[in-house]
Amino acid sequence: MSPSRQNLHHSLHSTMALPKTSYSVLSAFCTEENISQCIAYINQEVCSLGLTGVSLESKSGSLSAVPVLNLLYEVLQLQRRAQRALHELETQQLKNGSDLEHLQHSNCRLKDQLEHTRRDNSGLHEGERQLQLKIKTLQNWLKSEKEEVQKLQSIISSRATQYNHDTKRKERECTKLKERLNQLLMDKRDKKLSIEISNHVGRSDGKRGLWKTGKMEARHEGEMYKALLSDYETRQRSLMMENSELKKVLQHMKKDMITILSPKKPEPANDSLEQAVSECEEEIGDPSRETLEQSCEQAREQLTNSIRLQWRKLKSHMERLDSQASLVASQEREGEEMMSRKEHEEEMQRMRMELQQCKEFIHMQQQLLQQQLSSPCDEETAALLNDCYTLEEKERLKEEWRLFNEQKRNFERERKNFTEAAIRLGHERKAFEEDRAAWLKTQFLNMTPFVDRKRSALSDSALSVGTEPEAKLQSTPPLVTKSLFSTPKAASVKMPSTADLYRTLHLIPDSRGHGKCQSGEMSTKSRLRNCSTDCSVLSFVRDENSPI
Amino acid sequence: MNFSEVFKQSNQLCKVSPDGKYLATCVQYRLVVRDFNSLQIAHLYTCLDPVMHMEWSSDSLFILCAMYKRGLVQVWSLEQPDWHCKIDEGSIGLVSSRWSPDGRHVLNTTEFNLRVTVWSLCTKAVSYIKYPKACQKGVDFTADGRYMALAERRECKDYISVFVCDDWHLLRHFESETQDLAGLEWSPNCCVLAVWDNCLEYKLLLYSLDGRLLSSYSAYEWSLGIKSVAWSPSSQFLAVGSYDEKVRILNHITWKKITEFEHPATIINTKAVVFKEVEKRPVVGSEDLSIHQLTVDNSLFSTQSKYEITQLPAQVPVIKPDPDRANPKIGISALAFSADNRFLATKNDNMPQSLWVWDMQRLSLLAVLEQTAPVRCFVWDPRRPRLALCTGNTKVYLWSPAGCVSVNVPVEGSFQVLSLFWHCSGSSLVLLSKEHICLCYVEAGASCGHT
Repeated sequence: MSPSRQNLHHSLHSTMALPKTSYSVLSAFCTEENISQCIAYINQEVCSLGLTGVSLESKSGSLSAVPVLNLLYEVLQLQRRAQRALHELETQQLKNGSDLEHLQHSNCRLKDQLEHTRRDNSGLHEGERQLQLKIKTLQNWLKSEKEEVQKLQSIISSRATQYNHDTKRKERECTKLKERLNQLLMDKRDKKLSIEISNHVGRSDGKRGLWKTGKMEARHEGEMYKALLSDYETRQRSLMMENSELKKVLQHMKKDMITILSPKKPEPANDSLEQAVSECEEEIGDPSRETLEQSCEQAREQLTNSIRLQWRKLKSHMERLDSQASLVASQEREGEEMMSRKEHEEEMQRMRMELQQCKEFIHMQQQLLQQQLSSPCDEETAALLNDCYTLEEKERLKEEWRLFNEQKRNFERERKNFTEAAIRLGHERKAFEEDRAAWLKTQFLNMTPFVDRKRSALSDSALSVGTEPEAKLQSTPPLVTKSLFSTPKAASVKMPSTADLYRTLHLIPDSRGHGKCQSGEMSTKSRLRNCSTDCSVLSFVRDENSPI
Repeated sequence: MNFSEVFKQSNQLCKVSPDGKYLATCVQYRLVVRDFNSLQIAHLYTCLDPVMHMEWSSDSLFILCAMYKRGLVQVWSLEQPDWHCKIDEGSIGLVSSRWSPDGRHVLNTTEFNLRVTVWSLCTKAVSYIKYPKACQKGVDFTADGRYMALAERRECKDYISVFVCDDWHLLRHFESETQDLAGLEWSPNCCVLAVWDNCLEYKLLLYSLDGRLLSSYSAYEWSLGIKSVAWSPSSQFLAVGSYDEKVRILNHITWKKITEFEHPATIINTKAVVFKEVEKRPVVGSEDLSIHQLTVDNSLFSTQSKYEITQLPAQVPVIKPDPDRANPKIGISALAFSADNRFLATKNDNMPQSLWVWDMQRLSLLAVLEQTAPVRCFVWDPRRPRLALCTGNTKVYLWSPAGCVSVNVPVEGSFQVLSLFWHCSGSSLVLLSKEHICLCYVEAGASCGHT
């Protein structure tokens, strides 16, 4: 039944919309055969709507018209009511729609208004803020003006007090003057001013006083101007010195800057740097000129301008380097290539220079060699030439030979003298020893317990004849006399060998290292003559005994 | 440091002869001349009245004693003690008296500055100079003694006269562009004369020896101006101290300011060293208060003090001056250059206990010495960069670039050091109290480390 129900709904709807087609649609619903079903169905529907159903009279099998008409009427009423409701709803909806529209419009309007008022508000705020700022500045200005007024007032007041003070002082002075004047007028006795001096004093510089003449005045003027001029001159000198020093510094700076700029081989595209280098080289010639014209304004300007130019170039160069460095940072590989290329180029430059230098050197050497080889034209001259190279040396050698021979002769002579002296020494020593022995013996015999070390040493040595260990001798060098008593041994008449002689005379350093190298023949003689207990004598004595 | 014994003096009159051999002191109306090394009395002279001013002549042969009340000046000779000279100004009175640089003329300024009388000891001649100006420093002689500048005032205008000291010939006479000249000073090289206006106007004028105006300098208007001026010994710098607590340094080539030194109440310059004098009170135990101790050992009452280095930033004690008084105690009242031109010492009047030392090579503050009492007097050693100062207590303070030291004057009874000056060799200091003097022998090469 549901599809037919839906159909019914559809048909009812379509009935409202298009009443003309109702008959055809209704005819589809009910036919001769399904009247009871239709009636049942209609009763069902009607009951659901709340109306009384229509009963079916089964005897005739036809519907009584009254309940059907009533039903129809009720349905029509229902339908009317529904339509009215619909109509009302439609009007309501229209109303609502128009209300909505109205509200929307008003909403928009209000939004616009709100926006507008907001803008106005912000504008007013801005205006207020600016006015506040203005107020602040005006207040500050007012404050500063007040401060200034105060300051001026204080200045005025201090000046006023100062003026008052001054005027008071002047007034006091004035009154004092007046009093004094009165006093003077009244005072009869007038003390005259005078000087009492017992005698004149000479002038401090000793000169006599001079009359005041025009010449004197001129002289004074001259002296004054001289003083002024000398002061100006000293000042000018110091300023010139300072100036020249500063100029030197500037020139050094310029040279440094040139050297910094020029070694960099510029890329062929970079003509400005080449130009700069060439300009620099031109200007290097300038310093010599500049030093000559020290006080010349032009030279000064030239120097400062050139410094400025160099500085600018250096700056631009530095900037370029900086940019290159930044490029390097961004493009790694290319940067590497650039850097290596630069280094490579520098290296190349250096090598080229070295090469040049070496070439020059070789060339020079070759030239010299050529000269050497090529210049002798014949044998004689060649021989002469060869000779003359060694001439100087030959002469020197001759001289040295001569000296050597002379010295040899001198040594021979001295040796002879030494041997003679040694012989004599030997004799004298013998005598001396004998004397000494005698003296010591007497001393020993007169010995007391409180002798000094020397004497005790002597006595000791006197006791220990013939026993003198070398070590003891070494430990007490100057005062040892132990060896003295062994003189008889040394008093042999044999000739001492030269080596012995030399050793004894300390010309050869012996094992003990008593280095008295230059004891000449004469000095030893004199010592022995004096017969002093000198350490040298003693050691001499000692030493002679040592090889024995 | 050794101290000599104490001698009497009056009126703070004690001067060392220019050649350094003698020390002259005045005791009332007596003039006592002592040999400086032995301090034995060499000569004794008696004047007619208590001496008010005493001065040595430049060749150390004569001494001038002025007695203002009686208008007398007496001159004594060292070579001939019985030589006498008396100058009587008569009824015109005497206000000041000084020697001329050649040591043979006496310049007397009469009362009310009516005139300057020049007395010659060689010829007994008299010269007069009219209308001298009574101001802070109206007369100055050049260092070589050849010229004298005198400020004059005629018909409400300031003039400057330059005299040749040889024969008092008037070399130049020109009008000065000052409103009210307060002082003039020759530069040490004798070629430039600095002239400054009084404190109501900041104006400094520089005149050449022949009277041409070389330059004029004015730092500001209206406020109180210059308070003190000092030349550096090489004539390179001119230091101007003013009431605005600043010192302005002018250079001798352009006569423009090269720098200004401020004296702020808070020191933040980190290169400066602030020395603060700290007194150590001796701790007295009860057993020390015996009579014997009190009489003999006067160290009980004299406090020891030493210098401490204060951390920066340091505060300098400031005393606000009375705004209603004339010549207020504010501003740089004293300036002194050291003999080697490398240091400048300044004193700001509203920081009276502090002394500021500036390095002239770096043109910056080098040290600040803060004392416990207002600094009364400070002088540089004439040979070395060493500064001696006193504050009116019993101590002498020495500063050198190596440090500073405070020394108690070991004199029985208290010796309040009111002023001091150096001997020309820089080897000793003469300390003056109210009634006495004492000599202090300082080692020549002493490096004062701060104690």
